[in-house]
Amino acid sequence: MSSLSELYQNVILEHNRSPRNYRVMDDADRKADGHNPLCGDQLTVWVRMDGDMISDVSFRGAGCAISKASASLMTGAVKGKSREEAEKLFERFHQLVTGTLPPGQSETLGKLAVFSGVSEFPIRVKCASLSWHTLKAALEGRLDGQAVGRSYGQTVGRSDGQAVGNSDGPSNGPKDGAAGPNG
Amino acid sequence: MTATASAIPTLDVERLREDFPILAETVRGKPLVYLDNAATSQKPRAVIDAVSRFYGSENANIHRGVHYLSERATVAYAGVRERVARFLNAASPREIVFTRGTTEGINLVAQSWGRSTLTAGDEILITGMEHHSNIVPWQLVAAQTGATVRAVPITDTGELDLKAFDRLLTDRTRLLAVVHLSNALGTINPVRWMISHARERGILTLVDGAQSAPHLPVDVQALDCDFYAFSGHKIFGPTGIGALYGRASLLEAMPPWQGGGDMIETVTLEQSTWAPPPARFEAGTPPIAQVIGLGAALEYVEAVGRPAIGAWEEELLAYATERVGELDGVRIIGTAREKASVLSFVVEGVHPHDVGAVLDDEGVAIRTGHHCAQPVMHRFGVPATARASFAFYNTRAEVDALVRGILRVRSIFA
Repeated sequence: MSSLSELYQNVILEHNRSPRNYRVMDDADRKADGHNPLCGDQLTVWVRMDGDMISDVSFRGAGCAISKASASLMTGAVKGKSREEAEKLFERFHQLVTGTLPPGQSETLGKLAVFSGVSEFPIRVKCASLSWHTLKAALEGRLDGQAVGRSYGQTVGRSDGQAVGNSDGPSNGPKDGAAGPNG
Repeated sequence: MTATASAIPTLDVERLREDFPILAETVRGKPLVYLDNAATSQKPRAVIDAVSRFYGSENANIHRGVHYLSERATVAYAGVRERVARFLNAASPREIVFTRGTTEGINLVAQSWGRSTLTAGDEILITGMEHHSNIVPWQLVAAQTGATVRAVPITDTGELDLKAFDRLLTDRTRLLAVVHLSNALGTINPVRWMISHARERGILTLVDGAQSAPHLPVDVQALDCDFYAFSGHKIFGPTGIGALYGRASLLEAMPPWQGGGDMIETVTLEQSTWAPPPARFEAGTPPIAQVIGLGAALEYVEAVGRPAIGAWEEELLAYATERVGELDGVRIIGTAREKASVLSFVVEGVHPHDVGAVLDDEGVAIRTGHHCAQPVMHRFGVPATARASFAFYNTRAEVDALVRGILRVRSIFA
């Protein structure tokens, strides 16, 4: 299989076409917005908690196939999990897409293992992890459903257009300002 | 080539491609098809060798010493200034300031001319087609001076709304800053006409020439603009170097915007006096090797022939527009009557980033994203586009490779 077909596996293409839990959640008690200036991706993640358990999670937004499929598969993976379990899962997922997951651990990720091809495309790590960063922000947010300090730069000179996912992406950075928030 | 172009020599593209070593590279096992020239162009051997020769046998600082190498470097540096002046048909090399690129040229005008002359209530007129580098510097100086920035809207085909332009020229307008050739849409703007309207009202004009310098004939005296900025790396030269043309009378009246060596006449611990332009605007040791490389690039372009380059690129863009335009589910963004070198498009139901990833697997390098022109994206209601941008070394076969790649995109995401 070529790296491209590793990246765009059928499961990913199918979730891109028909994303699961793709809806506004009116009775959510937490939500956050995520933004990736590279793709122009924007999404919102809603969460409803039952005690410490994620009883429901949904998302809406526009993005590339990797980011949309990742959000879709994420909602399936974290529903019914505790906050701690979800955050642990994100850690392993992040290791998977950055190619740092210890050998033999990918089966612990279940369906999310289809994103292993992302590690061959460092620039797409942000796409794959945008929804997870946004979920994390929602889980850390207040119960009133406010996004946690995720406002985007409206003022000249601010560079906080990239709200989440700052720690991802290739260390050498994208070329020609293609991906920079001020590109 | 059309009959009307018969007076223009035809390019031997295959031979010219041999001047660019990188064009023989393979990417992901496929021959490189480089269609990202609006982002940066590739470098001919003549430029690579000029930079290498400078560092290998000619390197010295300029304006600093009486020794042999320093004098030679100083002469070579001044020679490139003369070449840039000829390339733009400026009246004098004293009107050419070396900069880091188009962005720095525009910031120089904003921070020197703008900051020292604009006051509350003044207006700077830009357009909705500008690259961020011709938006943000004006927003910065507006915030510093109390001036406001206004913008000429774009029509559905990607042309400037010239009726609105006339209305937006007011008694408060101090500067028109407009892109010559749009990097996001490929539109050639009627800058000469716009400049004449602005000048009738005593309004200064700045032309963003980042895309036009490599693709269109440029004559700053015929345009009658006050400032024209371009970048070396988009015209087959090195990164980190560009030039700003400024009308002599304006440059002479403008204060420095950066202080340091080489831009002064006398310095005491209490105060300093400034050198005349262009030195006044070139503080510190400049990128000398890059200037030498820029000189080699302009010499190369002139040897190839700007009319022949323009004619071939026009033919190539027409071919690409036809081939890509006839594909199902593909929408071209930017259908102005006058266009050059840029083909922006979206594939229905597929994010441009995914389009770019599939094309990359075919060895085809295009740009995907907002092209540092987010207002243009908002205007056309897309988060991003895919953009193929051509140079004279591109071929019809490369356009065919682009089309094959788009067909593969359609089959993967069907």
